[in-house]
Amino acid sequence: MSSAREAVLASIRQAQGGPADQSIPRLYSASVDLAPAEVVEQFADRLHDYNATVHQCTVDSIPATIAGILETRQKTGLLIPTGLPSAWLPAGYNFRRDEGLSYADLDASQGVLTACDVAIALTGTIVIAHSPAQGRRALTLVPDYHLCVVRLDQLVATVPEGMRRMAALLPAPLTTISGPSATSDIEMIRIKGVHGPRTLEVILVD
Amino acid sequence: MSVHVGEAASALPFPEAAKKMVANSQLRRNVRHATNVIRAKRDRVVAEMDDWEQLRDAGKAIKDHTLAHLDEYLIQFETACSKAGGQVHWARDADEANRIIVDLVKRYGSDEVIKVKTMTSDETRLNVALEAAGITPFETDLADLIVQLGEDKPSHIVVPALHRNRMEIREIFMKKMGLDTLGYLPEDLTAAARKYLRERFLRVKVGISGANYLIAETGSVVVVESEGNGRMCLTLPEVLISIVGVEKVIPRFEDLEVFLQLLPRSATGERMNPYNSIWTGVTPGDGPQAFHIVLLDNGRTKVLADPESRETLDCIRCGACLNACPVYRQTGGHAYGSVYAGPIGAILTPQLQSMEHSETLPYASTLCGACYEVCPVKINIPEILIHLRTKVVESGHAPLAERLAMKGAAFAMSKASRLSLAHAFARLGQWPFNDDGKLDNLPGLLAGWTEFRDLDAIPSESFREWWSKR
Repeated sequence: MSSAREAVLASIRQAQGGPADQSIPRLYSASVDLAPAEVVEQFADRLHDYNATVHQCTVDSIPATIAGILETRQKTGLLIPTGLPSAWLPAGYNFRRDEGLSYADLDASQGVLTACDVAIALTGTIVIAHSPAQGRRALTLVPDYHLCVVRLDQLVATVPEGMRRMAALLPAPLTTISGPSATSDIEMIRIKGVHGPRTLEVILVD
Repeated sequence: MSVHVGEAASALPFPEAAKKMVANSQLRRNVRHATNVIRAKRDRVVAEMDDWEQLRDAGKAIKDHTLAHLDEYLIQFETACSKAGGQVHWARDADEANRIIVDLVKRYGSDEVIKVKTMTSDETRLNVALEAAGITPFETDLADLIVQLGEDKPSHIVVPALHRNRMEIREIFMKKMGLDTLGYLPEDLTAAARKYLRERFLRVKVGISGANYLIAETGSVVVVESEGNGRMCLTLPEVLISIVGVEKVIPRFEDLEVFLQLLPRSATGERMNPYNSIWTGVTPGDGPQAFHIVLLDNGRTKVLADPESRETLDCIRCGACLNACPVYRQTGGHAYGSVYAGPIGAILTPQLQSMEHSETLPYASTLCGACYEVCPVKINIPEILIHLRTKVVESGHAPLAERLAMKGAAFAMSKASRLSLAHAFARLGQWPFNDDGKLDNLPGLLAGWTEFRDLDAIPSESFREWWSKR
C-alpha cells in the first residue's frame, strides 16, 4: 500500500516540472448590495422556486405557527433532535426526541422538525451542521417531511458569506439543502422528491 | 501498471461508432431534447451572475495552482483526513483501486454495496470487479439505476441515461423490478425507483461513493448531488469507501465557494443543487463509523506530465461541454466508447490510456470552440484537441490523407506566401465538390470531414487578397 503512495507521489513530482505558480484572482463578488428586507424576500422567493413552502413569524409565535402547519398537513406529531428548544413546541402534539431511534423508526415517522445553522438567500440554501438542535444526518434524511426553523440572523445573502460561516462549524459534518430532493434524469423533467424528504417547509423567524 | 478507462480500449473507433448512433433517430431525438433543456437552463442562470467571468478565472487559477503543488496538497489532505479518523489508500491504476475496495468490503463481511454515482468507479470498472468477487453493487442515482438495470452504458457525465425516454425506462423497470403495472409519467417512474431502493438504503452496510472535491486544509470530502441517494449512501451504512482521482483535491475550504457557484449552474442549470454533503473523517454517533478513501492515479500523472494539455485535469465534470458540442448532440455519448464522452472525453480518454486505443477521439470535434466558451474552468479544449491530433500524426497512426493534410497545413501556414498559393490551388481543387458555397462528400479518406456536415467552400477571393487590393 505504501509503495503505491510513494509511486504516485513520485510520478506527480516528476510530472510537475518547474513551479508554475500564480496568485489566485478572487475578483468575484463576496457580498451584494441588498437591504436586509430584500435578502429575506430573495430567500423566500428562491424557496418558492424550489416548491418549498415558506412561513414567517416572530419568536413568540413559533409554537402557534408550527401548530397551524401540523393542522394543515394533518400530522399528529414529528420527530425532533435532542437539542431542539422545548419552547418552540405547541401543546397537544406528539414530539418524539431522537434518542437512538432505528432507521425503521425514522422511516415510519410523520416527519421531522429541526433548526438550522446558516441560510443563503441567493441560492435558497439551508445549511445544517448536525449540532444538537439539528440532529444526526439520518434524522433530516430518512423522514419524508422536513420542517425547518430559520432565524433571520442566520441568513446571509451570498454563497461566499455562507461559506465563511460554514468554515467556523467544521469539522462537524455539513449538509446544504436547497429545496426538496429532486431529479431531472427522465427526459429532463424536474420531479420534486426522490430519496430525501419529498416535502420541505420553512419557518422564517424575525 | 496498466491504465484502463472503462472499456474504451476495446471500443469501436469513433467514426464507426458514431455512424451507428447517428442512424438511431430515437436516440438523436432524446439526446437533442435533453441537451437543449439543460443548455437553456444553464444559459439563464449563468446570465444572472454579474461575476461569472471572475468566478471562472478564480476556478481556473485554483485548479492550476493545485496541479503545480499536487503532491503537497495530497499529503496535506492525507494528514488531515487521517487525523479525523479516515483511512487513506493510494492506487496506481484501476485494478489496484478495485482490489483495495473489494478487500475492504470483504473484510467488513458484506456481500452487497450501495453506490452513489461515481464516474471514477465506472472508469475502473469497479462493478465488474465487485461482481467477480461475489459482491452485488446497487447503483442508486436514478439515471445510473436505469443504466444498470438496462444493462446499458452511461452516455453523459451528469445525466447518464439521457439517451432513454420514459417508455424505454418504464419497460426496463417493469422487467427488472418485477412490476405488473407501472405508469409512464416521470413521477411514476421516480416513485418506483424510490420504493425499489429504500429498503436497500436502510439495509446495506457498505456505501461506495466518488467525490467532487477533497479539501487539503481540513481533510474534508464533498459530494454534490440532487436526489438524496448520495446522502443515503454517505450517511446510513456502517462503512463508507470513497474512490477519488488525485486531481480532485483543492487547497482550502474557502476555495469551495467558487466551485459551489460554478458547478451547479454549469451542470444542471440550477442556482444550487438540492444537496451538498461535506464530511471530515468520522463523526462519533453520526454516519459511518469507518471511512476509507482510495486516491487514484490511473494515468492522471501522465496527463500532468504534458504541459500542453495538463489543464485537462482542471475538469470539474459538469458536462456543459457535452451539451454545447455539435458533435455530441448528433452522436450521443456511446460513440465515444468511454465513460467520459463529449469534448472532455475526447481529450481525457486518449491521455489517460495509451493513445492507440483512442486515437480517433481527438478528431471527434469540429473545433468550433463552443466547449471552451461554456467551460466553467476555462479548459481550452480545442487547443488540446489540436495538440493531441499532432501527437496522433506523429505516432504514425493517423490516416494517410489526414497526415499529409496536417503536414501540408503546417508547411503552408508557417509562411504567408505559401498560404496564398495554397488557397489558390485549393480553390481550383474544390470545384467538383462545391455545391452552393458548401463542400460536401469530399473524396476518399477526407470523407470523414464532410460525412455529417458541410464545410464552407473557400471564397473566390481571400481576405488577404481583398486587403492587398484596397
